[in-house]
Amino acid sequence: MISFTPSEEQQMIVNTIKQFATDEMREVYRDCEESGEIPDDIVNTAWELGLIATGIPEELGGLGGEQSAVTGSLIAEELAWGDLAIAMKILCPALVAFPIMEMGTEEQKKKYLPDFCDEKYKAATAALIEPRFNFDPLALSTTAKLDGSDYVLNGEKCYVPMAAEADLLLVYAAENGSCQGFIIEKGASGLEIGEREKNMGIKALPTYELTLKDCRVPKENRLGGEAGCDFNRILNRSRVALSAMAVGVGRAAFEYSRDYAIDRHAFGEPIASRQAIAFMIAEMAMEIDATRLMTWEAAWKLDRKEDATKESSLVKMYADDMVLKVTDGGVQILGGHGYIREHPVELWLRNGRGFVTFDGMAIV
Amino acid sequence: MIDFELSPEEQATLEKAHEDAEKLCRPIARYYDEHEHESPDEFIDTMWAKREEGGLFGLGVAAALRVEETCWGDAGLMIVAPGPGLGGAAVMATGTPEQRERFLTRFTEGEPKWGAMAMTEPSCGSDTAAIQATAVQDGNEWVLNGEKIFVTWGKRAVEQDGIVVVWATVDKSAGRAGMKSFVVECGTPGMKVEKLEHKLGIKASDTATVIFEDCRIPYENILGSPEVRKLDKAKTEGFKKAMATFDATRPIVAAMALGVGRAALDFVKETFEKDGIEIRYGLPRNKLTSLERDVMDMEANYKAAKMLMMRAVWMMSQLLPNSIESSMAKAKAGLAVTKITQKAVELMGPLGYSRKYLLEKWMRDGKINDLFEGTGQINMLVVARRVLGFSRDQLK
Repeated sequence: MISFTPSEEQQMIVNTIKQFATDEMREVYRDCEESGEIPDDIVNTAWELGLIATGIPEELGGLGGEQSAVTGSLIAEELAWGDLAIAMKILCPALVAFPIMEMGTEEQKKKYLPDFCDEKYKAATAALIEPRFNFDPLALSTTAKLDGSDYVLNGEKCYVPMAAEADLLLVYAAENGSCQGFIIEKGASGLEIGEREKNMGIKALPTYELTLKDCRVPKENRLGGEAGCDFNRILNRSRVALSAMAVGVGRAAFEYSRDYAIDRHAFGEPIASRQAIAFMIAEMAMEIDATRLMTWEAAWKLDRKEDATKESSLVKMYADDMVLKVTDGGVQILGGHGYIREHPVELWLRNGRGFVTFDGMAIV
Repeated sequence: MIDFELSPEEQATLEKAHEDAEKLCRPIARYYDEHEHESPDEFIDTMWAKREEGGLFGLGVAAALRVEETCWGDAGLMIVAPGPGLGGAAVMATGTPEQRERFLTRFTEGEPKWGAMAMTEPSCGSDTAAIQATAVQDGNEWVLNGEKIFVTWGKRAVEQDGIVVVWATVDKSAGRAGMKSFVVECGTPGMKVEKLEHKLGIKASDTATVIFEDCRIPYENILGSPEVRKLDKAKTEGFKKAMATFDATRPIVAAMALGVGRAALDFVKETFEKDGIEIRYGLPRNKLTSLERDVMDMEANYKAAKMLMMRAVWMMSQLLPNSIESSMAKAKAGLAVTKITQKAVELMGPLGYSRKYLLEKWMRDGKINDLFEGTGQINMLVVARRVLGFSRDQLK
């Protein structure tokens, strides 16, 4: 039966996160952006909500709930509305936990999942993106070759969030042309973590380049063991997560510029009384809604374990364009003030531009 | 619980409607495009006989899906299919139980019939508060005078036992508050069709000018309250009810647009497929051909409009207020169908422009969805006012 209403439980989660985003994230995000640091306490407070532990079985220390992409999308939107960089840090451990939960071997689940049920934030991350303009997640330059009882990984990665802090890294590499994940523990030999990257936006989130030089990974650390992983599904889950986050960032810019357009007077009336501005605002609202609903549909398909490649790639593409247009519109509506860092719209534009780049940096 | 699965009944409706569209609409689509004002009688009789299966103007998800599929077959023919139509929707939304019985029963029996809505005038379209047609009370009758244009089904409703819902003012000085709607039945002296329009597309559907000259109707044919509340501007009940009708019909117009858009999209994809061109989803932007990007952009726009339409229709079926959502759906679908069909003509090159194929027709047909039931701009204005919390005085 068609329905566009979140369940009561989902609505409760959304309300809780919205509160958290309003009270905590929005209080500190600008400072975080300027200092490049996200305080531990905000991340730990978010961790206490159990966003990752929810889907981990009870016998491994989790809450034994369901891992739903629809619920994940609702959460990702609210967190990204609060702040994208902080949201990405909060959800970063899921980059390792979620693929293991769904595709890991029993041994991998037993070995790694209990750590994600600890009281304190568990830093873990994934490395997918490679530093070249024509990066293609389906044709990675990083390679993995089996040598005896180990895989040997070689290549370069970038935009790896929290890499320096992470105890666990899930590195994606091409193995005979197919893309597979390899679980690497901190300090593995041949794994070099480079300088912290300097990006246009999400400045509060530490991201790093990685170099893999004959990095040896035990055979049993291949995600999913001999069966391997369904990389397409991982990519689709990432596309849905990023689309939901784009909706959150877009909504933040939309709400701020809408309120500004109502308050700001020119020629004796609010600038929102002019159709040139009002129509921009109406279009923002319309496109944000459309993108959200498309995201939900793709997530719903994922939850049904169906192939969501078409839906998730279409919505990701649409969301990339939408968030750029909406955040740019936010700056435009504020005029010169939009360019000044006293207002947040310039930050949202910089963050919004990143979505075309952020493949694999979030997951639901 | 967020869910996108159709119920088995909805799924069956969708499949049946698609089959009908393929069998009943496609084969005759070109003929009636080239023979404007000729009546597709056989199609009309078939659709009338099928009304038991559920009409095209129901209010739920199934009805919207049926409309989309029928328009995938042919938009002009879909619009000419008999039924209570926009006039019936107005009676349903604003009439008393007695009025519904009196005016709508005819649509369940006898020969094919149509219900029309006469609102637009030569000098006013979306600015419905500027309507010049008048209704004057005379004893237990209303006397209607005025000229209405762009009346869909006008000729059929006037001449074949249908109804016409006419918008007229009972007090010009009252502005919007004086706006009332009246039901005029077929055969009422003083109501006549003056001419039929020649259009860009949807040619199978007749669009008429209807003249009212001292047209007398029973006093009880007024929909809603006859009272004019000049003092309280907020209580412009008549006008609000007309707008409530639009909340119900705009998502259906969005569904019509989607049907045409998908017809064009399917044609493009099938043509590519025959030529061995596959649209590769899931590739990074830098690996896609420009053609793939265009098709994906068209598909995403279709999907975006479809989601907004489904939400608006679903809200309506749940009796939730959906004014903003239905305007969003209508605005987006009108834009999407225009963009998709125009791009499709470009992508298909010589095939797109040729009348040998239906694609050029779909581009002409599709454009109507960005115009009727409020132009795209009027719908954006409605959305903008709602989003901003502005009155019509604050945002003109």
